Amino acid sequence: MEAHAASSSAATPRAGIRLPGVGAGLGRGAVVLYLSLIVLLPLAAVVNQSLEGGIDAFWSAVTSPQAVASLKLTVICSLIVVVINAIFGTIIAWILVRDEFPGKAAVNAVIDLPFALPTIVASLTLLALYGHDSPFGIDIAFTRTAIVVALLFVTLPFVVRAVQPLLLEMDREMEAAAASLGAGGLTIFRRIIFPNLVPGLAAGVALAFARALGEYGSVLLFAGGLPETQVSSVFIRSQIESGNDLGASAVSVVLLLASLLLLASVTLIQRWGSRHERDGDGGGLTTMPMSGDVVTKKEADDE
Amino acid sequence: MSSSTASRWGLRTLGLGYLALLLLAPLVLIFFKTFEDGISPPLDAITSPDGLHALKLTLIMVAIAVPINTIFGIGCALLLVRHKWKGNGVIDAVINLPFAISPIVIGLSLFLLYGTDGWFGPALADLGFEVLFSVPGMVLASIFVSLPFVVRETVPVLQEIGTDQEQAASTLGANAWQTFWRITLPAIRWGVAYGVVLTTARVLGEFGAVTIVSGSINGKTQTLPLFVEKQFANFQLPGAYGASLVLALLALTTLLAMNLLKRKEA
Repeated sequence: MEAHAASSSAATPRAGIRLPGVGAGLGRGAVVLYLSLIVLLPLAAVVNQSLEGGIDAFWSAVTSPQAVASLKLTVICSLIVVVINAIFGTIIAWILVRDEFPGKAAVNAVIDLPFALPTIVASLTLLALYGHDSPFGIDIAFTRTAIVVALLFVTLPFVVRAVQPLLLEMDREMEAAAASLGAGGLTIFRRIIFPNLVPGLAAGVALAFARALGEYGSVLLFAGGLPETQVSSVFIRSQIESGNDLGASAVSVVLLLASLLLLASVTLIQRWGSRHERDGDGGGLTTMPMSGDVVTKKEADDE
Repeated sequence: MSSSTASRWGLRTLGLGYLALLLLAPLVLIFFKTFEDGISPPLDAITSPDGLHALKLTLIMVAIAVPINTIFGIGCALLLVRHKWKGNGVIDAVINLPFAISPIVIGLSLFLLYGTDGWFGPALADLGFEVLFSVPGMVLASIFVSLPFVVRETVPVLQEIGTDQEQAASTLGANAWQTFWRITLPAIRWGVAYGVVLTTARVLGEFGAVTIVSGSINGKTQTLPLFVEKQFANFQLPGAYGASLVLALLALTTLLAMNLLKRKEA
């Protein structure tokens, strides 16, 4: 709504802190220049490098057996991971919103640990925990299962943080009505709760999928770079090290395209979700469920 | 009633059990593994010249990348929220890119741009300026990966506070600069601070992008995460775990700061 106010006041002089016409232009120029230098030019260099030998060379680099194997492995592991974390993320969000138990605040805080803990540390400790000297006797190091576990760790917060605010916002009366009409717990979840969670779940899954596709650090020590555990990021690294810039860039471009598609889908999901729920559209700017901050604001509103 | 109690306990066990195995167990194990053979092996490794240099370089990354992205983030958020422009959607989308792009691809992109055959590499080398395998390249990688956080945290707060107070200030004769320092910045400070904490955590722990552009030379271009990997590769487990523990403690501090800031913000 504020964005709307700002836009309609373009003709009037008073609209909060606004730079004068020239200043806004300069600021915009600075932002565009900064983003170009820091983000866009480097990415353009990757695309340029991948097409250095023409489209045929690009295609044969992408379809080389090793590249295809790494992409396939990455996509399959990432799909498994987002399905598991969609289920467990929803369960965790559920107990954080609807359940009461001692230590809930601490559990809520620790959800963000994978965002704060360096990925290489995660990899090292997962190796100690589920490797050769596992205290649980579970040795999955240097296997495809290790890739899945590492990715489960790093993508855990996305679905929880995307679903949690929707659960908090949800109107409990509909559930009560359904229950009074004789619906069981499962029916209520399937017919009433789940449809309301879909936008958050979809956005969280898309972000988790993007993260999983590109993950490197957490996989490195735990799953290693054996031929059968080589995910795309590890493959790209090995290509850089052996001086094959074309092979590295070509697979990178495939990952880049996947990232762009997933980000675009998150934006579309949010537009679609916000049309159902909120009056303000946030000026069309995206929000990212990257931490618990959204949740706390909603909690504050409720009190 | 009993079936609902049972399902409640079932869900609780399932969710908390998953968290315990996936999050809590690794965290506890770092402490255990680090001090397995007493306190001196990890301590010696961290206080070795290479260890201390890695710690120092990590802090230098934070000291450069975080202020730059904070200033950019606040300015960019103000432009996006307060100045409607047809290009805003594109700027907004570009800002989200570092969230979705693989750190390895980010590293490769800088490697290609500033390498010997890159668009910028030769010209900068002629000026005697080395970007790759030295600190500037690592700073660029850190800035790239942590770019979105301050913007993403500041935009919603700016939208929420609206413009009433700022309008009042300017009616009373404050210029844009005064209004920003006295009204806008105090109102958005917790949102900005939250973004700063997330930026710091990301810069402290970045591995993939930095590893490509740094070359991980001991005592020269090695941050703490790179030090962890090098020590592990050389079978120096006390060093790997010791440095990991330092990073884990920094991560826990980050979590604590996030929670305190969330309360302030609310």
